Amino acid sequence: MNFLDQIWLIPLFPLFGAVVMLLFGSKLDPQPASDVAVAPGVELTHDGHEAAHHHHGHTHEHAHEHVTGHDHHGGGLKTVVSLLCPGMVLLSLIWSAGAVLQLANVPERSHEVIQFTWLAGLPFHMAGGRLATFSADWGFLLDPLSSVMILVVTGIGFLIHVYSTGYMAHDNGYYRFFGYLNLFVFFMLMLVLANNYALMFVGWEGVGLCSYLLIGFYFHKKSAGDAGKKAFVVNRVGDAGFILGMLLMFSVLGTVKFVDVRQILGSGNFRAETAGFGVLSTMALLLFIGATGKSAQIPLYVWLPDAMEGPTPVSALIHAATMVTAGVYMVARSAALYQLTPHTSTIVASVGAFTAILAATIALVQNDIKRVLAYSTVSQLGYMFLALGVGAYWVAIFHLFTHAFFKALLFLGSGSVIHAVSGEQDMRRMGGLKDKIPITHWTMFVAALAIAGIPGFAGFFSKDEILWQAYSSQQGSNALYVVGLLTAGLTAFYMWRLMHMTFYGRSRVAPEIEAHIHESPASMTVPLTLLAIGSVLAGWIGTPRLWGMSGWFRGFEQWLEPSFASAAVEAVKEGAHDASTEGILMGVSIALALIGIGIARYCYHIRPEIPGAIEARCGPIHRTLSNKWYVDEIYDFLFVNGFAKGGGTLLGAFDRNVIDGGVNGAGWFTRFSSSFSIWWDTWIVDGTVRLTSLLVKVSSYPVRIVQTGRVQAYALFVVVGALAFFGYYLAR
Amino acid sequence: MSLLDIVLALPLLGFLAVLLVPRQNEETIRRTAMVIAVVTFLASIGLATGLSSDVPGPQFVTDVIWIAFPEIHYHVGTDGLSVWLVILSTFLTPICILISWRSIDKRVKEFYAFLLLLEFGLIGVFVSLDLFLFYVFWEVSLVPMYFLIGIWGHERRIYAAVKFFLYTMAGSSLMLVGIIYIYNRAGTFNYTTILDMLNGGKLGFTPGEEMLLFLAFFIAFAIKVPLFPLHTWLPDAHVEAPTAGSVMLASVMLKMGAYGLIRYCLPMFPDASRRCAPWIIVLAIIGIIYGALVAMVQPNMKKLVAYSSVSHLGFVVLGIFSFTQLGLDGAVYQMLNHGISTGALFVLVGLLYERRHSLEIADYGGVATAAPGLSTVFLITTLASVGLPMLNNFVGEYLVLQGAAQANFRWAVFAAIGVILSACYMLWLYQRVFYGDTPEAVADHVHDLNHREWVATVPLLAMMLWMGVYTASFLPPITRTNYAILEQSKMNVRFRVAAPPHAPYLSAREVRLGR
Repeated sequence: MNFLDQIWLIPLFPLFGAVVMLLFGSKLDPQPASDVAVAPGVELTHDGHEAAHHHHGHTHEHAHEHVTGHDHHGGGLKTVVSLLCPGMVLLSLIWSAGAVLQLANVPERSHEVIQFTWLAGLPFHMAGGRLATFSADWGFLLDPLSSVMILVVTGIGFLIHVYSTGYMAHDNGYYRFFGYLNLFVFFMLMLVLANNYALMFVGWEGVGLCSYLLIGFYFHKKSAGDAGKKAFVVNRVGDAGFILGMLLMFSVLGTVKFVDVRQILGSGNFRAETAGFGVLSTMALLLFIGATGKSAQIPLYVWLPDAMEGPTPVSALIHAATMVTAGVYMVARSAALYQLTPHTSTIVASVGAFTAILAATIALVQNDIKRVLAYSTVSQLGYMFLALGVGAYWVAIFHLFTHAFFKALLFLGSGSVIHAVSGEQDMRRMGGLKDKIPITHWTMFVAALAIAGIPGFAGFFSKDEILWQAYSSQQGSNALYVVGLLTAGLTAFYMWRLMHMTFYGRSRVAPEIEAHIHESPASMTVPLTLLAIGSVLAGWIGTPRLWGMSGWFRGFEQWLEPSFASAAVEAVKEGAHDASTEGILMGVSIALALIGIGIARYCYHIRPEIPGAIEARCGPIHRTLSNKWYVDEIYDFLFVNGFAKGGGTLLGAFDRNVIDGGVNGAGWFTRFSSSFSIWWDTWIVDGTVRLTSLLVKVSSYPVRIVQTGRVQAYALFVVVGALAFFGYYLAR
Repeated sequence: MSLLDIVLALPLLGFLAVLLVPRQNEETIRRTAMVIAVVTFLASIGLATGLSSDVPGPQFVTDVIWIAFPEIHYHVGTDGLSVWLVILSTFLTPICILISWRSIDKRVKEFYAFLLLLEFGLIGVFVSLDLFLFYVFWEVSLVPMYFLIGIWGHERRIYAAVKFFLYTMAGSSLMLVGIIYIYNRAGTFNYTTILDMLNGGKLGFTPGEEMLLFLAFFIAFAIKVPLFPLHTWLPDAHVEAPTAGSVMLASVMLKMGAYGLIRYCLPMFPDASRRCAPWIIVLAIIGIIYGALVAMVQPNMKKLVAYSSVSHLGFVVLGIFSFTQLGLDGAVYQMLNHGISTGALFVLVGLLYERRHSLEIADYGGVATAAPGLSTVFLITTLASVGLPMLNNFVGEYLVLQGAAQANFRWAVFAAIGVILSACYMLWLYQRVFYGDTPEAVADHVHDLNHREWVATVPLLAMMLWMGVYTASFLPPITRTNYAILEQSKMNVRFRVAAPPHAPYLSAREVRLGR
């Protein structure tokens, strides 16, 4: 079968699933839709603090149900959903794998399938005289870069779907959840398979929509609705940057097609903007603003921690495997542009490094298990941008790849923990869970080692490569390296703080919950196990050059080479530094990771009173970190209440009083002048007329007396007149 | 007698037919109106499919003398620009009839008669090729709308109706002066002849003359669009109008203004248009941001949607006066998009009002629980309105922004702020109305869509998706006509046109609109 020509099918499978669910799902759903909000307690067993405190009765029952079986209520129809939606993603995975295998045999490692023209304009001359046509195809591009992405999206996405069949088994919005999930996978695949920026933007905005729907999944909770909206609006700010970058790109380059953009930028007509901040740098910066929104970088990272309102598998899908990596993918996709814009690249690297360390500091003090992971994600994404900024594009994608495994595992594992303790998310009420939920513990143990950067586990390979590139590449610097290194230490610490607070030491679980702690069903533990295997193996395809391995062990870089091949990357790869330096740096980062783990163990296991003492001693610092550096408050003050609501209120008043006031004033003036006209008309104009008529009337009064209309009277007048005449005549 | 004459005559016949039905037979009246409206719609589809890409200028032309002296023609024809607006009118009229089926229960006969008369006037405006005929239709469309607001509206309907009428009249009387002035100079009302005379040098205006004429037309159109700061009639008219009135007003009547700008201002007064363009664009951008910000704080759903229209129509004006092919294409596409998505929003707000009898956002909440179908339709419409790709509005906004970016990148930057804000106010509206806890009043009264309402809303959703994904069905005729108009607007321009000449896409003889 020729999978290569069928890559357009890959996104369509999950779309089919989504359409079926959203159109006919209510028919498959065992319960009437109106029950969704009537029984919030049932849903809150998975997410939310209230469950643990207010719904003990419910939660215990449901906790038992979790163990005993899945199709308890819902029956066969629910099985249809459980088979259809993950099945569709599995089909995508099969088609993706097939296409990627066939791509390996294509010499140029690039295959395009164009279906129809989506947007088209007329040809016109660019400033340089070149003829350009505005057009964006509904077309798909499979190359090494997108092949990595589709495998991550469909592979991890499939595992998360399977996990969700267990995790969401007792949720009333089951079909709706899977509909959104499938829709999300559809848009994500559009994003990574599109062959031009405009179509990429379809997926880009689409995943934003799905995150809005999924984060606000429990929409009767105000916090969920708020978080969903925040995610969408903050992303919109980034999207505006993306779209402006795209507009500028078309205005300058005359195309938004990836292949053409790369070809035009590489044609020699455009030089690297080393001197100043030119049009290409602006374009790259605007695109990067888009990336900061989707990939939760400073200044637009604020939506991601709040997005924990969504069900846990959503966090895994959105935060770990897929959506947040969209920005990294986009910048990597624009590598040809960023290679020409060193200034913007420096900004990218700096923002990445700063985000990495800022988020890591916040993660140090969070007590909500999912929030620690959320800030950890922000921090890890910072690493990826650091790599992109120093020109190590393949390394960023490599970290994206390994991170997808261990971060999805951490999120799903945390979901399993939350599941076990009946919805509790506060790590201060956990502890000692190691033996009660062994599979969850051991899989998360692997993930924690991976993210901490312990050699042999996936995170080590990619993170170490990033640090090495930050130090050695031409774009890199010692400052970037040091920040990255510190972050690595902090990461090891907060992640093992999480492990200790959750799994080790004395149990702090409420006694009534304690009795019902149980391992999750196989539908959840099997994906955890597979991800754990991935979290070990995924790194071995990108071993350090220092280790001198070849073939598969260096396969990742070689596979991606056609996507980034250029002189700049070659230079980065060679590096200006020798092997001994690389070895020393690697030792330093391993040592720091071990120290971080050690401190975490000391503070949270051996001497558990220490954190409280530190908290008491360093109140202001702790408060600042707990409140996430007050960034949300500042944004609220400036943008939400200041610009949007304040501006809106002010302009609303302006509209009513000034503009409409002017209109109503004109109306009033018209009425006034018409009243005046009436007065004038009545008393002056008409008055004159009436005065005249009055005069006529008065002067005619004597005449009127005699004009009675009676013939006898006239006859009398005639007689009297005649007599008077004759009298006068006779008298004379 | 061409198909266009039939499309134009059908609503008028429908109007008369409805008048003939005795007023007690309300069901017969509704059915008569519905049948006529659907037949008109089906007939109008023939215009789009029958539009030939080879024939330059207007098609389906009829040109007969209507009044001998001064010579006024019944001269109608359609092209890639007007044909979609005609179809938009005929598409929305049956939907308006459907959603009024139960909600209009007094003076039923007059209501449907006026609705069909309105359709007649609107189609007439878009197909007239005689300046005087255009003016007549322009005023004809005004009258039924005045009564729709004034009789079937809400509490402040009289104020709103009078305000609407006076605003529009103030503009159109200026336009009438302009039309008569042109007649005095050209000796004809025939638009194609006037354009030929302008091209051939037989007719020319001095810069001062042209500027005044441009302003006379422009102000009439700008009020109708409405362009900031001439927009304040719009929120009042929308809030007070019955649902069908709001839909027709927002979806089609506002387009009369934008259509007028493209059809008359650009080709007849290219020099003045280009001179004023920077100022007009500033107003358009103010409108985009201002409308969005004011929409954000409105407590009334209809007012919110009305202000969002000010914002969306700002994009249309921005596209028109960017004087780029993409901008103009995007503007026309955005006109159609706004017709579909804002029309749908008004339909849905009307359905909510029918149930809960309130337009105040604060009276709602948790509708998603009470009426999931309605919520889904509303959500898709909201997403279309905020410009989500794969739905219609995105295409228009994107093309407009691209056109603006080519003309002046800063314009695009400012306009992009409107894109952000649209998500803020629409999603906030959606959250407050549909999410959260369900108050008892909502749970008791807000039931889900019935079959009739599904029939009325699904076509709108289908159009949103179709226009968002497969633009090839709609864009090519628009592009062809806009190309001709843009070429026309380069004639008789005294200062140099910045853009270099376009590549030949149409043959030279096709460039001229008309002959």
